[in-house]
Amino acid sequence: MAAIHIDLPLTPEKVASLRAGDEVIFNGVLYTARDAAHKRLVACLDEGRPLPFDVRGQLIYYVGPAPASPGHAVGSAGPTTSYRMDAYAPRLLDEGLLGMMGKGKRSPAVIDSMKKNGAVYFGAVGGAAALIARCIVKSEVIAYEDLGAEAIHRFTVRDFPALVLIDSQGNNLYEIGPKQYQTEEQNG
Amino acid sequence: MRQISAETIRKKVYDLILQASYHIGDDVCRAVSEAREKEPSPAGRAVLGQLLDNYAIAREENVAICQDTGMCVIFLEIGQDAHVTGGDLNEALNQAVHDAYTEGYLRKSVVRDPLYQRENTRDNTPAVVHTRIVPGENIDILVTPKGFGSENMSRIKMLVPADGEQGVIDFVVDAVRQAGPNPCPPVIVGVGIGSTMEGAALMAKRMTARSLDAPNPDPRYAELEQKILKRINALGIGPAGIGGRCTALAVNIMTAPTHIAGMPVAVNLCCHAARHAHAVL
Ligand code: SF4
Repeated sequence: MAAIHIDLPLTPEKVASLRAGDEVIFNGVLYTARDAAHKRLVACLDEGRPLPFDVRGQLIYYVGPAPASPGHAVGSAGPTTSYRMDAYAPRLLDEGLLGMMGKGKRSPAVIDSMKKNGAVYFGAVGGAAALIARCIVKSEVIAYEDLGAEAIHRFTVRDFPALVLIDSQGNNLYEIGPKQYQTEEQNG
Repeated sequence: MRQISAETIRKKVYDLILQASYHIGDDVCRAVSEAREKEPSPAGRAVLGQLLDNYAIAREENVAICQDTGMCVIFLEIGQDAHVTGGDLNEALNQAVHDAYTEGYLRKSVVRDPLYQRENTRDNTPAVVHTRIVPGENIDILVTPKGFGSENMSRIKMLVPADGEQGVIDFVVDAVRQAGPNPCPPVIVGVGIGSTMEGAALMAKRMTARSLDAPNPDPRYAELEQKILKRINALGIGPAGIGGRCTALAVNIMTAPTHIAGMPVAVNLCCHAARHAHAVL
C-alpha cells in the first residue's frame, strides 16, 4: 500500500479519511510536547490564559529530542510513550488539536475524545530516533525553554514517515495488528 | 594491592557511556536482523528494517541510538585487592556522566526530586551505581544506560513456592502482554528469580545486559528461557507493537537462593535499544 502524503497542518477532511494502519508521510510544521509542557498547556487553559501556540489543526509530537550535534538540526528524536499525556490530551483535542504522534497505547477517555473531536493518533517507530532525526530539517524552541528537552519545539519536517495507530473512528492498530499474529501458544 | 586512579575510572566510564549510546552491540544487531528474516508481518519487517538502519546511522554519525539516553546504570565489580586512589570513586563516576552526557550530545533526563519539584539536574547525574566486592585486583565496569519507556513497564511480584514454574512463566508472559507496544518491542526480558525483593530486581536489571549469545548456564533455566520466549512471541504484539511474531529477542534469567517462604520474581524489560558497554581495568 502506498503511503499517503500529508502537508501539515492537518485538516478535518484529511483526518477523517485516514484509517488505522495507513502509512503516512508528513511535510510541513509540527509541534513537540511531553509531560511537563502538557501540564503547563493545561494550566494555561485552566487559568484562561492563551496557549503559546494555536493548537487548532496542529499535530503534536510527543518527543524530547537529544541535543543537536554540529551539522544537525536536531539530535535523535524518536517518540516517547504516549499514555503519560492521556490525562491532558482531551483538553487539547477540545481546543481543536487534530493530531497526536507518539508510541504506545491510549486510554479509553482519549479515544472517546478523538472520536468526538475527529482527531487522529499517529505512531512513529519508537527507538528509530537517529533515522527520524534525519527527517527534521529545522527546530526552534517556541515556549518553555527552561524545560530543556521538554520545551515546546516547532519542527519543520521533510518526508517524515509515520503510521495511523488510532483513527478518528476509534479503529486501533494495536488491537487489529496483534490479533492477526497471536496464537494459542501464548497460553502455554 | 593494585592502585587504580579515580581519573582512570572516570575516563573509562566516559568512553563506555558514549560507546553504549552510539554503538549497538553486535549480538543485538544480529538478533534484530535474524528476526527480520523470520518475521511474517510485512509491517513488522519494515519496523525491524528501520531499527537496523537506525543502528547503522547512529554508529556512522556517532549520535544517540535513541533520544532517551536513559539513566546511567553502572555495575561495578571491584576486586578486594584493588585500591582507588586520587579521589572519590562516586564523584569520578558522576563526573564521567556529566562529561559524557554534556559533550556527547546525550539527553539529560534526570530530575533531582522524584515527586515535588522534578527539576532537571541538567547533566544526567547522578548515576545509579551497583557495586560488588569480588576476589582479585581488577575493576569490572558495565555501563548500561536505561531508557524509561521499557523501565516503566517492569514488574516485581512476591510469588509463593506453590506458584511453581507455571507461576513464573505466567507472571513474566503477562508482564510483556500488559506492556504491549509501550516498551518498544522487540524487547529483551531480564528476569530475576529468588533472593529478596531488591535482590530479584537487581538480577533482572543485570539480565537486560547479558549477551544474547549466552543462555543461562543451568540447562533447566536455559530451557525455561526458551519456553517463556516462545509464549511471549505467540502474543502477536510484534515489532513496535503493531502485530507480528517477534515481540522479544530473548528472555534472560538469573537466579539466587531465597527464603523457605518465598519466590520473588522481577521482570525488567529492555527495549531493542539495548545499550551496554563493558570493560575491565
Ligand atoms: S523504550 Fe527504549 S527504544 Fe523506546 S524510546 Fe525508550 S529508550 Fe528509546
